[in-house]
Amino acid sequence: MSIFINADSKIIVQGMTGSEGTKHTRRMLASGSKVVGGVTPGKGGQSVEIDGHNLPVFNTVGEAMAATGANVSVVFVPPKFAKAAVVDAIDAAMPLVVVITEGIPVHDSASFYAYSLTNGTTRIIGPNCPGLISPGKSNVGIIPANITGSGPIGLVSKSGTLTYQMMFELRDIGFSTAVGIGGDPVVGTTHIDCLRAFQDDPETEAIVMIGEIGGDAEERAAAFIAEYVTKPVVGYVAGFTAPEGKTMGHAGAIVSGSSGTAQGKKDALEAAGVKVGQTPSETARLLRAIMGR
Amino acid sequence: MDLYEYQARDLFEKHGVPVLPAAIATTADEAEAAATKVGGKVVVKAQVKVGGRGKAGGVKLAVDPADAREKASAILGMDIKGHVVRTVMIAAAAPIESEYYLAILLDRSNRTFLVMASVAGGMEIEEVAHTAPEKLAKIPVDSNVGIDLARASEIIAAAKFPADVADQVSAVLVKLWETFVSEDATLVEVNPLVKTSDSKIIALDGKVTLDDNAGFRHPDHEALVDQAAENALEAAAKAKNLNYVKLEGQVGIIGNGAGLVMSTLDVVAYAGEKFGGVRPANFLDIGGGASAQVMADGLSIILGDKDVKSVFVNVFGGITACDAVANGIVQALELLGAQATKPIVVRLDGNNVVEGRAILTAAAHPLVEQLDTMDGAANRAAELAAK
Repeated sequence: MSIFINADSKIIVQGMTGSEGTKHTRRMLASGSKVVGGVTPGKGGQSVEIDGHNLPVFNTVGEAMAATGANVSVVFVPPKFAKAAVVDAIDAAMPLVVVITEGIPVHDSASFYAYSLTNGTTRIIGPNCPGLISPGKSNVGIIPANITGSGPIGLVSKSGTLTYQMMFELRDIGFSTAVGIGGDPVVGTTHIDCLRAFQDDPETEAIVMIGEIGGDAEERAAAFIAEYVTKPVVGYVAGFTAPEGKTMGHAGAIVSGSSGTAQGKKDALEAAGVKVGQTPSETARLLRAIMGR
Repeated sequence: MDLYEYQARDLFEKHGVPVLPAAIATTADEAEAAATKVGGKVVVKAQVKVGGRGKAGGVKLAVDPADAREKASAILGMDIKGHVVRTVMIAAAAPIESEYYLAILLDRSNRTFLVMASVAGGMEIEEVAHTAPEKLAKIPVDSNVGIDLARASEIIAAAKFPADVADQVSAVLVKLWETFVSEDATLVEVNPLVKTSDSKIIALDGKVTLDDNAGFRHPDHEALVDQAAENALEAAAKAKNLNYVKLEGQVGIIGNGAGLVMSTLDVVAYAGEKFGGVRPANFLDIGGGASAQVMADGLSIILGDKDVKSVFVNVFGGITACDAVANGIVQALELLGAQATKPIVVRLDGNNVVEGRAILTAAAHPLVEQLDTMDGAANRAAELAAK
């Protein structure tokens, strides 16, 4: 098992004909993911040859789904056109839309998130995220597939590179699914959504939750863990040294006044019984101790 | 980007939110001229992006242009919580009868927009929320529905505004929503929104935060950036499209990915506790690409920081392989030549790490030292900075 994706996930790439889209389509295919086509408005009817795979291009997500049976879309469309791309996917009732694009205006992401709630059933992951991977089964997005294999750990993180770092630290144990939920102020899937899915996934035995400064997603996740999660969870929070009022790389990574601090998040997680590491390596050690590995 | 009050006022005016006549000044002469232009009694207000300027003496009433000149010269140059006043706004004085609060903001927790409205304006809204939560209405707004006059009237009624101002305040809320949407703001706040003695509703002071990600839709927003207030290193980094934040410490940091770089700062700060409180000197995320030129640009910014005593390059090779990063470092040091003078601790891990480490070993640059782990490298960088 895994969460959100599995070995049968059929993926279309919105923005496949762009340079980032093409590059990462190649990487996804190389890792064994079933990429079945792409969507670029105005280029429907064309096809793209990538490493021996002949991938059809469609004008809309609806056409792509009808022709290929795709059930996952990954979005590499530039910020300017990202909202239209996600709305197209929601209108087509695409079950899962993974938005990799960084730099989408928050009015656009708030709009497509609200649209997804009132129009249909689409789950959005991201934006500004690395996507998600179930090693050996499916890889949707830009997470390197060669860090580690499948195993019993579930991971949810706001950060791409910290996800890679943590997968690397625990590469001998392996992962059921690692989800990068993104560092923007509004994201479609939260820590809580992933924690719930990992709790309900029989293959996942322990969970790593990585947070960072800004907002109160980690505090809310802590409350959820106390209430719902019985599997062991270890946590890591980045940004203890971030000054107030400065955006640290991710659009959502900002301490505003006394809210959104790393200390506040760590305290909330610890109060919920989550062991929180001071560094990524220490966090990995905490998980090993709990799992006896 | 947070705006100054006068910039917020100008945006309000552009979108039909009622404001008072005003002008800005950076010298006493300009202040006198501005007061003449505005006419009558004026208020001289320090323009700083920090609260509490009134208590600090940054807001003064002036009876005439000569008085405005005097008040402005006292306020200009004043230090308010570390912010030096370089501009004052000269605004018409208004006879205030009541003070209200009205704001629209991004509500991250609920992933929606939120109107906050209160008849208890004029003070910090956090204080109202704390001491009299029943006086602060918080009403979510669906981004795809927005606020028309009917919706605004419901919100204002829910916030228990007096009947004699409800219509006017509702109309202001609609204009404020238009400002919020059409400028891609994440916050528009009016505090206080006042009722004058002749029963007019006016936005007397405002705060606006604009979404930097929406810059492509707003070429005019670039002009709102206060170049003079920017840190020189941050400005230089921005010119090179680097994601850099200057901090107070001694260890220069370069890494890939915002989360990993934030984590690197923390790990250096922990390690630094053993070496007399050494701290990270900056945040610098060179992103996924990490070409030689980007590495050279990053190193050159960091080596130009006189506070930096050592540099820690912390890269996890994901999409970018470590050998490409290692080549980037070697070429960057060639580009920099004699400019590179400080010890550089490098930790590479992930994709093609063996090749990457071999490249740095073969280059044998006298300033470069490699360590295998992030914690170990942070420790060494802190130790070198403490020397």
